[in-house]
Amino acid sequence: MQDAVLAMLAKEPSHGYHLHARLRRSLGPLGESMNRGQIYVTLARLERAGLVVCERADGLPERPERKVYALTPAGQQRVATWLAEVGWPKPDLAEFHLKLAAAAAARLADPVELVAAQRRELLRRLREVQQAALAEPAGSGAGLLLEGVVLRLQADLRWLDACERAWSKVDDESEGA
Amino acid sequence: MNVSSAVVRVHGLVKQHGRGQGRVRAVDDVDLEVPEGQMLAVMGPSGCGKSTLLHLLGGLERPSDGEVWLAGQRIDTLSERALARMRRRSVGFVFQAFHLVEELSAAENVELPALLAGRSRRQARRRASQLLERVGLADRARHLPSQLSGGQRQRVAVARALVNDPLVVLADEPTGNLDTAATLDVLRIFEELRSAGQTFVIVTHDERVAATADRLVSMRDGMFVDDTRLAGSHTRGLGWLIGLED
Repeated sequence: MQDAVLAMLAKEPSHGYHLHARLRRSLGPLGESMNRGQIYVTLARLERAGLVVCERADGLPERPERKVYALTPAGQQRVATWLAEVGWPKPDLAEFHLKLAAAAAARLADPVELVAAQRRELLRRLREVQQAALAEPAGSGAGLLLEGVVLRLQADLRWLDACERAWSKVDDESEGA
Repeated sequence: MNVSSAVVRVHGLVKQHGRGQGRVRAVDDVDLEVPEGQMLAVMGPSGCGKSTLLHLLGGLERPSDGEVWLAGQRIDTLSERALARMRRRSVGFVFQAFHLVEELSAAENVELPALLAGRSRRQARRRASQLLERVGLADRARHLPSQLSGGQRQRVAVARALVNDPLVVLADEPTGNLDTAATLDVLRIFEELRSAGQTFVIVTHDERVAATADRLVSMRDGMFVDDTRLAGSHTRGLGWLIGLED
């Protein structure tokens, strides 16, 4: 969550309520349970960590909605690191989805390239797990568990194909425009 | 220049279908080297040109432009006859639809390419029986293809592809017609052949098949868009993958 909020600020400094709206839009019905308070808590943590600075609009009463948040150099560094990460320990689809959206919005990285990097990593893992699975004798319990890991990785890979198709189309359209 | 130890080498490969406005480049200026002992998977959406590429590598089709080399010999310029001989001796094919001869038993199907390549009946029979044993079908040698399941038929086809000890095995969607259990049987055989150092090119849209390979090439619109080494890059361990360790 912290990383996604940071990455959304990479496009331009924003109000908390504006960030909240963008997250909600990106996540659709999955983001319905997210309230604005969570965003402000996250932003406060990021500010304490020195990753964002808060600029208050002058002459207005001190209310959270009036604050504009912007990335610090350390925050920018952290966003770049997060975008380049190809971790998938527990398939966190929403985080990856937001990563693609934020990367595209801020023009920090090519979403299609992020998908390709992720696919390479998942295929290496699939290879490793599958080799272990094939080495198990038929009917082994460990083999059954490994089969489950294989199927999940396979599902993730198919979703990445869908991501690639969708973001390639966005590329084509913006090039054509 | 060193002719390189690549078993398969293509340079500037182009295959065009159709003419004029309707002209399509199924394979569009591709360079590729497959070293001996490598298992290469080619993935991509249907129509990306991966099957055409495989046909060009095995001399089943001729390129519109570019060169195809097999173990140091240029094959795209060979006569039809020389090309057919090269295919029989040096290339093993595995197809999605098996392509077994329905009137022949499993063993006879495996023997056939060996006899066509000029081996004696005895040699062919011995080699076929070894290979059927290797793919776990020793007890099905006398069965006709119609008496075998899809997975068993594909294992016969794999044995047949290996009978002349080919330089390279080319497989086109080898699990495309198989269910999960039969796919696993075929993958187990591929995995064994891979560790035994058989050179392989597999065209597939199945991630599991691709994941048995050492290297993966992704194709879009006749071109390679990614070339990834899958082997030898171990992650942090299996326990970590299933969330047992952080």
